[in-house]
Amino acid sequence: MARPLPFKIAVVSSVLFIVCTNFVCCNNGRKVGDVMDTEFSGFSVPLEHSFEVDDVAKFRVRGALVLKAGREPSVSLTQSQLSEEDRTKLKDVAAVDGLYRVRVPRVFLQADRQTERQMEGYLTAFVRACAMVESHLSDVISLHTDVSGYLIGVSIVTLPGACRGTEVEDEVDLEVFNTTLSIMAPVNAPGPETALFLERMEMESEKKGKNPQEQKSFFAKYWYLILGGAIFLMVTNSAQPPAGGGREQS
Amino acid sequence: MARLIWLCLKCIMLYSTVQAVFEDQVGKFDWRQQYVGKVRFSHFDSHVQSSKKVLVATENNVFASLNTRTGELFWRHVDKTGPEGNIDALLQHGQDAVLVVGNGRLLRSWEINIGGLNWEIVLDSGSFQSACLVGQQDTVKHVAVLKKTIISLHYLSNGHQKWIENLPESETVDYQAVYSGGNGEVYALGVVPHSHIAIVAYSLEDGEIIKQISVEAPWLSNIQASCSVIDQGVLTCVDSATVSLYMLDLHLQSQMTQIPLQAMLVSFATTGEKTVAAVMSPKNKTACSINLFSGETGRRLLDTTLIFNLDPNGGKPEKLYVQAFLKKDDSVGYRVIVQTEDHTLTFIQQPGRVMWTREEALSDVVTMEMVDLPLTGTQAELEGEFGKKADGLMSMVLKRLSSQLILLQAWIAHLWKLFYDARKPRSQVKNDVTIENLSRDEFNLQKMMVMVTASGKLFGIDSKTGSILWRHYLNNIPSNPAFKLMVQRTTAHFPHPPQCTLLIKDKDTGLATLHVFNPIFGKKSHISPPPLPQPILQSLILPLMDQDYAKVLLLVDDQYKVSAFPSTKNVLQQLQEMASSIFFYLIDSSQGRLSGYRLRTDLSTELIWEVVVPTEVQRIVSVKGKRPNEHVHSQGRVMGDRSVLYKYLNPNLLAVVLESTDLHQERSFVGILLIDGVTGRIIHEAVQRKARGPVHVVHSENWVVYEYWSTKSRRNEFSVIELYEGMELYNSTVFSSLDRPHAPQVLQQSYIFPSSISTMEATLTEKGITSRHLLIGLPSGGILSLPKMFLDPRRPEIVTEQSREENLIPYAPELLIRTEWFINYNQTVSRVRGIYTAPSGLESTCLVVAYGLDIYQTRVYPSKQFDVLKDDYDYMLISSVLLALFFATMISKRLAEVKLLNRAWR
Repeated sequence: MARPLPFKIAVVSSVLFIVCTNFVCCNNGRKVGDVMDTEFSGFSVPLEHSFEVDDVAKFRVRGALVLKAGREPSVSLTQSQLSEEDRTKLKDVAAVDGLYRVRVPRVFLQADRQTERQMEGYLTAFVRACAMVESHLSDVISLHTDVSGYLIGVSIVTLPGACRGTEVEDEVDLEVFNTTLSIMAPVNAPGPETALFLERMEMESEKKGKNPQEQKSFFAKYWYLILGGAIFLMVTNSAQPPAGGGREQS
Repeated sequence: MARLIWLCLKCIMLYSTVQAVFEDQVGKFDWRQQYVGKVRFSHFDSHVQSSKKVLVATENNVFASLNTRTGELFWRHVDKTGPEGNIDALLQHGQDAVLVVGNGRLLRSWEINIGGLNWEIVLDSGSFQSACLVGQQDTVKHVAVLKKTIISLHYLSNGHQKWIENLPESETVDYQAVYSGGNGEVYALGVVPHSHIAIVAYSLEDGEIIKQISVEAPWLSNIQASCSVIDQGVLTCVDSATVSLYMLDLHLQSQMTQIPLQAMLVSFATTGEKTVAAVMSPKNKTACSINLFSGETGRRLLDTTLIFNLDPNGGKPEKLYVQAFLKKDDSVGYRVIVQTEDHTLTFIQQPGRVMWTREEALSDVVTMEMVDLPLTGTQAELEGEFGKKADGLMSMVLKRLSSQLILLQAWIAHLWKLFYDARKPRSQVKNDVTIENLSRDEFNLQKMMVMVTASGKLFGIDSKTGSILWRHYLNNIPSNPAFKLMVQRTTAHFPHPPQCTLLIKDKDTGLATLHVFNPIFGKKSHISPPPLPQPILQSLILPLMDQDYAKVLLLVDDQYKVSAFPSTKNVLQQLQEMASSIFFYLIDSSQGRLSGYRLRTDLSTELIWEVVVPTEVQRIVSVKGKRPNEHVHSQGRVMGDRSVLYKYLNPNLLAVVLESTDLHQERSFVGILLIDGVTGRIIHEAVQRKARGPVHVVHSENWVVYEYWSTKSRRNEFSVIELYEGMELYNSTVFSSLDRPHAPQVLQQSYIFPSSISTMEATLTEKGITSRHLLIGLPSGGILSLPKMFLDPRRPEIVTEQSREENLIPYAPELLIRTEWFINYNQTVSRVRGIYTAPSGLESTCLVVAYGLDIYQTRVYPSKQFDVLKDDYDYMLISSVLLALFFATMISKRLAEVKLLNRAWR
């Protein structure tokens, strides 16, 4: 009895070992560190920005967007600080009322392979550079996808959005982006609500059914009207002969 | 409780819906004009001498009968649009008219007096070529139908087929005509282009081939276009290259005789024994002469010349239809209908008297605008005072006094006329509208309708009576044009004339031209539009004005360069100042790309945003912005608890409609994108699954209404999206797309609609106080005025105290069509393609024009006529009551005084 147990343990452990080695093999098969690309952690695309005094777009990398596909796509952003040089440039652009532009490449979220995801062209959006400066780099970026998971648009707004001409004294305010990021799929538009309406109608008719007053018969409900009408008719009938006589007299 | 709800509902319904026309108001504010379209076939009804009918079959698949005395319609049948209802041939015998419809699919016989259908049969498949009536000894009993490879014979009385035969050598010979001379034979005429004519004769009885001959005719390529069989089997052909007439007797000869002549258009007609050819030839630049030639001899008949004066604002003659008749002295008389390039029909009698004209171009209106009429001379005089520079106090006073005097004079004259007219019976008082006495009425209810038709003819129509005041034919229209009509200067800037600009774009090449004209008189403006050598992508009217008060039109070409019209120095300077705030968008639906551009000071542009919709999945169907002349009176809605829900009123918002490329009923969808046209920000994105187009959209105020076909439930559905800012406004003074960081709240609800729709538009009023209605053109020809309050996403599922306070109608999934909502009562408008709405001077009143095959104009009062006294308002009663009260107060005052005096004495 004692012998089979160690034997079993040996078998189980050997199986485990094989599985483990296989798993390790799997891991080794991947090109780690090349792209941040695994099944579960999503994939990354660059978020680029441009702000030039002469308003000719020169896009540089601002950060990396990590997109996660799936039923509910999500997105996160890693971005570096603005350099000293960029900060002064941004302020200069704001002074001439230039634009701060962002762009992301067109991607298809639901594709399995990296090559299928990337598509030709970019999606661009802009905000006034002064709004960017005055809001101390707090912006809201949202990415929009279509029904099938293609990225179709990007939008950027700052909070607050206005350009009031207030001077930003402190350089530190323009160092770190304070970005709120979201990805939005189209909302399913509602169809006509027939089921609820029918339910409501049913409930109403049930209520009517329960109410004893409503259940009375026609005569039970309006007996006084009918009686009154009948009396009225009788009175008018009996009153007619004298009326005729009256006419004769005149 | 339920009863209360019901009562409340009833009240709302009654309040909002009682708007039908009274019987005595029929035709008072509305008019309808019926058209038939460009005529393809025409037959004069000549079986009775006194008949005054002409049958026409048109390219719009309409079969109608016109009165030759007045040009009005006796009856009209509108068939399906497209090739299915296409009329291929029209034959007439006695009281029957035989039509071949839908490329030889159907054979129909109509009774021409009342327009009833005698019979209809389905023909064998095959491409239709020709048809003719077959008779024997003066009685016509059969119809022969020639198709690409077969010929068949049918009975005229019931349409049944007598025999069907194959055509010999139908691979090489192109059979194009069929003819019967009444001698028991049916001839099928075929042509081998530039070689010979093949003639096959069939026996009438059993369809056997009797003989086959071929005739040399190297100049002929198409029988239908240039030949006609006349009289006793004489084939007569016109060769336009050598301008000569060829004749061939089908029974005897095998050689053609040639008769040279000078002509533009030829038409044949037979009366009694004689066959004549009417030939139109150019006389000079403004007139054409028509002459009759004998069919037998080719000689010109005496005293048959008829002069046709060409309309300088019309097109060249295109077709000629002749009705010949024998006069008492046995000579041939005739009347003609001339059809010109601009689809006008002109009926002319000898010696050149125009009986009537029909502007059939109006059956295909593409776009239109309504322009205010100018002020009268006296009003303009008064207005002119303000426009001019001041030249001293004294002269200004004098001028004012003189203009006031003129006004007084005009008023007295007007009163006198009223008094004078009041004595005359009503029928005699006729206010003929001519272009000279056009002037704005008190409430600006009468306007000039400028209509652009597909043929390239422009019309100016008086909106009150529907009479055509001017017409102008543009003869350099490309074959596949797109039109955009813009009002650059309204009539408000006296003494500058109003100015409209029509952008005509060739859809194939993208090249465009501008036509600048005065919308009141139709005259081409002396301002020469700039030449546009590059294809035009986009055009936009700016609110900027030049020193002459003309709005600036910007044109963007395919190099993304912008040109302005007018481009004076003043305009360019203004543009430079405004450049950074001028944005525009371009849409390339083939690539699914929406892009936004900003103007630079040097009139070049820069790309600022881009949204790309993958074309593999969906395509952009339509893009709708808001109308620039729309006013919204209230900024928000008062809720049940007295708080205010503010509307999101973004003037730059675009509604983009997407349809899936996959049309499978489970996977097809309709998408709605709401995009800000300045920043490219996607405000809202909704998708209606299991839905299919065609989608009709109306976008106005803070709402978008769209209609689609639900493939799941197989019905038409309406959906409404409303946008709200919330309980407080972000910036209440001004709206800027660049500074609205918060996304609006979006509410949406859908409803079932029991009919499909043809077109949709929203009412528009001067100040936007009046509640809105949706005007829906139905395929049945009705125009439905649906109150917007039924399409409100805040309609509650469960009624609460607050929703009742707000007057919200409880949600019901189905929108009902109530018959009193039809604004055109029994005036059916066939094939409605568009509805145009314009505000009038009265806030309650909106002018509506529905156009399609017919044109219908009316007024609607969405909130009833709250600012107008009723027609039957009792002026006598109110004034007598007022007077009585006045005297009563006077008397009682006197009495009170006496009484007071008496009391003081006591």
